[in-house]
Amino acid sequence: MLFFSYFKELVGREVTVELKNDLAIRGTLHSVDQYLNIKLENTRVVDQDKYPHMMSVRNCFIRGSVVRYVQLPPEGVDVELLHDATRREARGG
Amino acid sequence: MSSGTGLESLVDPQVCAPLMQYICCEQFNSLSLTTFLCAETISVITNDGRNIVGVLKGFDQSTNIILDESHERVFSTKEGVQQLVLGLYIIRGDNISIVGELDADLDSTVEWSKMRAYPLKPVIH
Repeated sequence: MLFFSYFKELVGREVTVELKNDLAIRGTLHSVDQYLNIKLENTRVVDQDKYPHMMSVRNCFIRGSVVRYVQLPPEGVDVELLHDATRREARGG
Repeated sequence: MSSGTGLESLVDPQVCAPLMQYICCEQFNSLSLTTFLCAETISVITNDGRNIVGVLKGFDQSTNIILDESHERVFSTKEGVQQLVLGLYIIRGDNISIVGELDADLDSTVEWSKMRAYPLKPVIH
């Protein structure tokens, strides 16, 4: 549940989601659920000339199972906080 | 309406009230991915790289999707985008990568018949 909580804190930030079909989509993180399904707003495909398939899509839902990476804004990452949280989770509390 | 996969707002409540009722009664654990503002035409990209456009009629917690009046957009580098009529379709959630809300105005400005591109690659897990 840790990464679910973590992603919830990133709502409203600009992220790039790279999928397992090599498509990369940039947009504002609108929401996330327990499966780490992601909903993005104001989306644009990073290499639109190569991938024009989603040209007329501005909001999209990405299935968690096809996400390879989520590129985060640097200011959205608090390493100390994540360290503590992972340790706490590893202890089972 | 507050729990579910978040595709609720894409479904036309008039058309599929009974189905939505059924869906809303289910006890979903997933948190809401709320408000796709009532645009009901969606573009689904499947794991094998196909792009299917249609009207969302229903879905469930595993992202299984019912599409009506659907057609496939076939991309190729040899010719423009071909439209393949499919009709009523059920797509199993396992095979879905992206569900995009189709902006009708934007979509009508795109000259799909002149668009050339490689088809999307399949998802490799």
